[in-house]
Amino acid sequence: MSVATLGLLSMIALEILYKGSADTIGFETWRPVVYAYVLWGVALGIGQVLTRGEDGQRALFLLPALLFTIAMVIFPTLFGFYIALTDWNLSSFSGRRFNGLDNFWQMLGDPYYRNALFNMVLYVLAVAVEYVIAFGLALLLNAQIRARKFFRVVFLMPLMLSPVAVSWMIGKSLMEYRFGPAATLARHLGWENPAFFSDPITARIAIMVLDAWTFIPFMMIMLLAGLQAMSREVLEAARVDGANAWQTFWQVTFPLMLPVSVTAVILRIIFKLKLADIIITVTSGGPGGATDSVSSFIYREYRDRSNVGYGTMLAMAYLVIIVVFVTWLLKFANRFVRNVN
Amino acid sequence: MRTGLYEKLVRAGATRRDILKGAASMAAIAAASGAGLGALTRPASAASELRTKILQIPGVGKGQPTDADFQKVGELCLEATKANVKEGEFAGVELTFMGLNNQNLHNVLFRGFLKPWETYTGAKINWIDLAQADYNARLQQSIATGTVDFDIIEMGAPFEGDVCGKGLTSEMPDWVKEQIDMKDVVAYLQPPVGTWNGKQYRVTVDGDAHNFNYRTDVFADADLAKAWKDGGGEGEWGVPKTWQQVQAVTKFLKGKKLKDQDVFGYLDAPKPWGGFGFYFLGSRASAYAKHPDDKAWLFDADTMKPRVNNPAWVRAIQDVIDALPSEPADQINADPNTTAFQQFLAGTGSMVTWWGDVGSNVKTNDSSVVGDVTGFSILPGSDDVYNSKTGAWDKLASGPNYAPNCAYLGWGVYVMARVDADEKKKKAAWSAAAHLGGKDLSIWTAMYPSGFQPYRNSHFDIPEWVAAGYDEAFITSYLKSESDSYNHPNAAIEPRIPGIFQYYSAAEDILANTFAGKMKAQEGADAIAAAWEKLTDQIGRDNQIKLYKASLGM
Repeated sequence: MSVATLGLLSMIALEILYKGSADTIGFETWRPVVYAYVLWGVALGIGQVLTRGEDGQRALFLLPALLFTIAMVIFPTLFGFYIALTDWNLSSFSGRRFNGLDNFWQMLGDPYYRNALFNMVLYVLAVAVEYVIAFGLALLLNAQIRARKFFRVVFLMPLMLSPVAVSWMIGKSLMEYRFGPAATLARHLGWENPAFFSDPITARIAIMVLDAWTFIPFMMIMLLAGLQAMSREVLEAARVDGANAWQTFWQVTFPLMLPVSVTAVILRIIFKLKLADIIITVTSGGPGGATDSVSSFIYREYRDRSNVGYGTMLAMAYLVIIVVFVTWLLKFANRFVRNVN
Repeated sequence: MRTGLYEKLVRAGATRRDILKGAASMAAIAAASGAGLGALTRPASAASELRTKILQIPGVGKGQPTDADFQKVGELCLEATKANVKEGEFAGVELTFMGLNNQNLHNVLFRGFLKPWETYTGAKINWIDLAQADYNARLQQSIATGTVDFDIIEMGAPFEGDVCGKGLTSEMPDWVKEQIDMKDVVAYLQPPVGTWNGKQYRVTVDGDAHNFNYRTDVFADADLAKAWKDGGGEGEWGVPKTWQQVQAVTKFLKGKKLKDQDVFGYLDAPKPWGGFGFYFLGSRASAYAKHPDDKAWLFDADTMKPRVNNPAWVRAIQDVIDALPSEPADQINADPNTTAFQQFLAGTGSMVTWWGDVGSNVKTNDSSVVGDVTGFSILPGSDDVYNSKTGAWDKLASGPNYAPNCAYLGWGVYVMARVDADEKKKKAAWSAAAHLGGKDLSIWTAMYPSGFQPYRNSHFDIPEWVAAGYDEAFITSYLKSESDSYNHPNAAIEPRIPGIFQYYSAAEDILANTFAGKMKAQEGADAIAAAWEKLTDQIGRDNQIKLYKASLGM
């Protein structure tokens, strides 16, 4: 195992020196280092069995997943943080250059990034409305209505569609200003110029609606599962005690559904924080950045402007914001559920 | 000028003054290149039997061509390949071709054209299709990460700095130059375009310049003419010749109707489009910013200091801001694809600038409703032009300043250097490229929707177009607008410098905010200039200066 470890470390050192032009021996690509990592992993597994016996055999169940996670998650994340500290424009003849915290300071003063973060706050707040609609639909589908199974399937369909397809079918066709059926209907209803994506407020609302249409079924199905798992006896007891439908909902159903609701809302917020495809396809962040999300802004910075170093800094900062926000949200939600119950 | 041609131009709507100007430029062109518009007068008999045959596939006005048509054309144009390659010579060779799939064109056609080539040579081609907006990113990432995974690429000249400048392309062999008859390519696409350090890399398959497309019915309408006069409009009602007139007409047409339909004026494209949208501001700015005494117009050639915040560019930005309220209500959300293909071809708007695709689509695209009412000219001029050296607006003695925007310099097919190590593969790649850039095949791509415009002197043979089914007045107007743009002495030339699309993309974001009213025109222009300065430093100022000068022929 020591030999394998030494071999892996030697390969990494050799390649770093070669890429840094400090020596002339090395490989054109990092692929041999990957092979060395795999071999080291195998040697590590054998070593565990030979040195630790049964405990080592148990470790074998975990080791492949651990090595895979290191290679595919931990290393890229750490490497991403390193890239975020470089000045790397793909067109630059001088290539990548370490520039410390320059990208970070630039990010703090970037009005486009701040604008995108502000938009994200609005988009996340819209989840509250989505939740209300999803809950309403879930209650409806949980009730004894006709063609219940049919509606369940129909309501789920938007979730099965790709957001890019939704963007084209709805954002760029149904809502098209001149010929789109939604625009035509709006004209009949008295809206003279039904341009959904020209005004900052209507454009933002239109994007929220498109995104909501795709993802409300996701929350709805979770809430529906929660409703179906709820004990009928509790509801019957409420009715026996004389509670009307409104009281039953607020004092029985809603509190009992809180854990499921919190899970659905948090998962939805995590999805919402990644909102990009609909915006990129329909508005490119416009008009004037009104619909830009952090992901769509990073996409342009990285893709159109090949500004890898700065784009990565934006992404890494966003990752940190998301981790901190979701951690706080989980703690807050736990406390809230505890207090209510 | 021959009287027959004079009459054709008059029928196409040209005034005597226009024709005289055209005649003067024809003389200049003929003197400079020995070809140019002179080719307009060549007899129909110049068209070969083969060309006549392929131009009837499927026939102008008989619907859009299909893959079967592409294959038929490719098959019929194989003779040039057969002269250089034996049947089955490339058996076992596999090539990867990266290109676009915009509007179901480009690679979609290439596939069909190369299918018979594959059958004949025995080679196999794998395809990488990209949307226009994804193109730059995919290419830059391949270059920067050393993962060029394609042997042939469809690429525009602006990327030559990024690709050829880094030694990634294969030098064109002499037999290819012969096969594609490079001398036939129009003058402005001749070297240095397609070359780097004196070496030829590109098989040109397209000519690019923005021209001005307008609705002839709108500008010939008596009611609109009366309303224009009654409203105190300056001069006679007619096709605008300057941007000042375009502005006035656009504002005038707001709320007007033609045959009970809303009629709008100019169509701006304010929505970002992966950097390509900046060309459309460039077309509004070129007449203001490109002085006949100065080759540069985007940057100061000696320092790379951006000119985008000078009074000329700021005026162009202000023009867009002023015109947008008179354009369709959702115009702020329109990108260039929308303006040309969803608006103008569908009958919305009366003026649009675009590459020549509008002209080649109005008659042949199934969704076009303006095939019989579209006219063409070079980009409008300006009554005055900004002189960056003196800081003053000059009025030229010759009249308005015209400066066609030779945006993008056309698509070309390039072979990557990674095939050089294998002679058989190299020959196969170049043979495929040469097939796509073949002289006969090119006339077909110029006449049918393909994403490519005329780029050879032989494409300007009007009788050949008429024989293929084009209306003579229509095609004369179209080809004249193209030829006059390509050959204009004050053409604004695309800088072939590394990272040019990063400059454009950075500008697009700021412009989107400016057009949405978040910034004043000058403020937005200053922000673009600051972003460009930063980019130039990041990419390397000295190198950029050298390459910018080279691209302008300085």
